[in-house]
Amino acid sequence: MNKKETFLNGLFKENPTFVLLLGMCPTLAVTTGVIDAMGMGLATTFVLICSNIFISLLRKFIPETVRIAGYIVIIAGFVTIVEMLMNAYFPALAQSLGMYIPLIVVNCIILGRAEAFASKNGFLPSVLDGCGMGLGFTGALMIIATVRELLGAGSLFGLPILGGSGMSIMIMAPGAFFTLGIILAVINIISAKKKGGQEDAF
Amino acid sequence: MLSNLLTLSIGAILIENFVLVQFMGICPFLGVSKKVETATGMGLAVVFVMACASGLTYFVNLLLNLLGIAYMRTIAFILVIAVLVQFVEMFLKKSIPALYNSLGIYLPLITTNCAVLGVALLNVTKKLGFIESLVYGATAGLGFTLAIILLAGVRERLESSNIPDFLKGMPITLITAGLLSVAFMGFSGLSF
Repeated sequence: MNKKETFLNGLFKENPTFVLLLGMCPTLAVTTGVIDAMGMGLATTFVLICSNIFISLLRKFIPETVRIAGYIVIIAGFVTIVEMLMNAYFPALAQSLGMYIPLIVVNCIILGRAEAFASKNGFLPSVLDGCGMGLGFTGALMIIATVRELLGAGSLFGLPILGGSGMSIMIMAPGAFFTLGIILAVINIISAKKKGGQEDAF
Repeated sequence: MLSNLLTLSIGAILIENFVLVQFMGICPFLGVSKKVETATGMGLAVVFVMACASGLTYFVNLLLNLLGIAYMRTIAFILVIAVLVQFVEMFLKKSIPALYNSLGIYLPLITTNCAVLGVALLNVTKKLGFIESLVYGATAGLGFTLAIILLAGVRERLESSNIPDFLKGMPITLITAGLLSVAFMGFSGLSF
């Protein structure tokens, strides 16, 4: 796999949210507004890139048997750094994301990439993989949040667009499940059409 | 004291259901809910680990506060949970093999179940005492079990129903979960 493919892999072909269905908790919990979604996405991206770098550099030194525990400690360390930085520089965002910031530790995307990619690849591919996966996650969160904020609160980035009110169920818990379910259904329809189209071409 | 614990339990199981209202433990909720039997096994394992983790992290938190390193909470808690899960697995394997055979395969998955770390952190934010933490952990686990068994029951029926192709699999599961979540919103009227 060349560098461009490694990067784009996480954005589209193996998008962590829409294709691999990993990290569902933050995906559903913090997508009530686009700003929150972007904050969570970028925080996760930062942790993912840093942990990928560290794990790829240390991959020859971490013993096989305790590797998972080792990965978790590395990830938890970076999550703590992110938590402190957000509390210091973006207190409002930290307040609204609340306990979902420490819960980045148990986001399976990060541990998944550590185990599946960073532990087998060198420095540069691991950075690119972290960027791609992280941005793919951020993008997916922002798509879901756009739908929910627009329909639920009638606003975007906190600015009133559709008169500033909407169906409040979309920003409550059920709206998260419905939105993700419908987006996945739309992806299914598109990919089925694509396959059908290719068959026609032959 | 007792009525306080009852309020806490009803809150954890119904009003603030961990899965359907607070979005914790979604991965096993969607991943291990194909059959009622496996869902029950996963649910019981989670109840057990969440209760143990709540009790243990209460003391870890006391220790961290004593040492003045409360910022290490996330790292300390996740390590304690990982070790706890490992010990529970070894203990069950040795002493209660029957239970191990039914819960064993779910145990390693629980380390990365965010409901466990979530309940440990919530105990600290809510400033709960030792007994309250234990009860909150166990009942939050019961809330998870209730949600996953309900979803598994519906999914078993969906297997044999005629669903449009593009909704098959995850989309219809998520929409089902959404409807369950609507039902649980009704319990918010119970809050005191």
